[in-house]
Amino acid sequence: MGFVRVDGKDKKHKVVLYALSTCGWCRRTKELLVEEGVDHEYVDIDLCNGDEKEKLSTKARELNPRGNYPVLQVDDRVIVGYDPDKIREALA
Amino acid sequence: MTAGDDVEKTFAPDVVELFHRLDREAREGGYNLNPDKEFTLRLVEGLVANQKRYGYWQCPCRLAFGEKAKDIDVVCPCYYRDADVVEFGACYCALYVSEEWIAGKVPQRSIPERRPQEFIDRGYSKPSPAEPAGAAPAGGLKLPYPVWRCQVCGYLAARDGPPGVCPVCFAKKDRFERFL
Repeated sequence: MGFVRVDGKDKKHKVVLYALSTCGWCRRTKELLVEEGVDHEYVDIDLCNGDEKEKLSTKARELNPRGNYPVLQVDDRVIVGYDPDKIREALA
Repeated sequence: MTAGDDVEKTFAPDVVELFHRLDREAREGGYNLNPDKEFTLRLVEGLVANQKRYGYWQCPCRLAFGEKAKDIDVVCPCYYRDADVVEFGACYCALYVSEEWIAGKVPQRSIPERRPQEFIDRGYSKPSPAEPAGAAPAGGLKLPYPVWRCQVCGYLAARDGPPGVCPVCFAKKDRFERFL
């Protein structure tokens, strides 16, 4: 699988989403980024295999040691979980 | 035809069937599925996908180790559901929610992870069956039967072995621990 690029008009920040394909809050976060027109990339870690899955889950754990998803990186800021207010604030 | 039937049409028959079964079992046990039907059907679709991938209902919102013994505490319904529904109005995935959640009295967003860090890092570690999880009966009371506890909902059964399925929350036999 790997990263999926989603084009958007808003290119103010570097936005990367670490997600699981089966997670409802991850889906809501993806929808929010699209609604807000945010240029970003996301990856569904559960759909990756072997080394790639290991590498990406390690990266997500570095950003969020509690290991929960979604993990959203907006420049140097990390937002864990679907929290629309915090996400919009970080994207402002 | 209701709007609900239209939503169901976009999902595979096995997903819709499991959704109805979980909905019925939830009501029987005093739980509620999330009334946002599309959101809930997507989570059930995740359970079906995880059953195919791992052989068990791995939590759709937590990354699996892929070994049942390590993931057993987060097989759906997970050991953390009841406490999360009480404290936050929803389980970690928001598959199961409280009356307050349904009434819109609590925020509908992600909740903190309750699973202990050691299980997140290394997977679940089962207490040894030789060491019952509960306190020893007072006064050295000798029980005629061992007591088994459902780790999902807390149901207790005093019998030679755990029941095949929990009569309250429908968790399977392997979710029981020796309690006394």
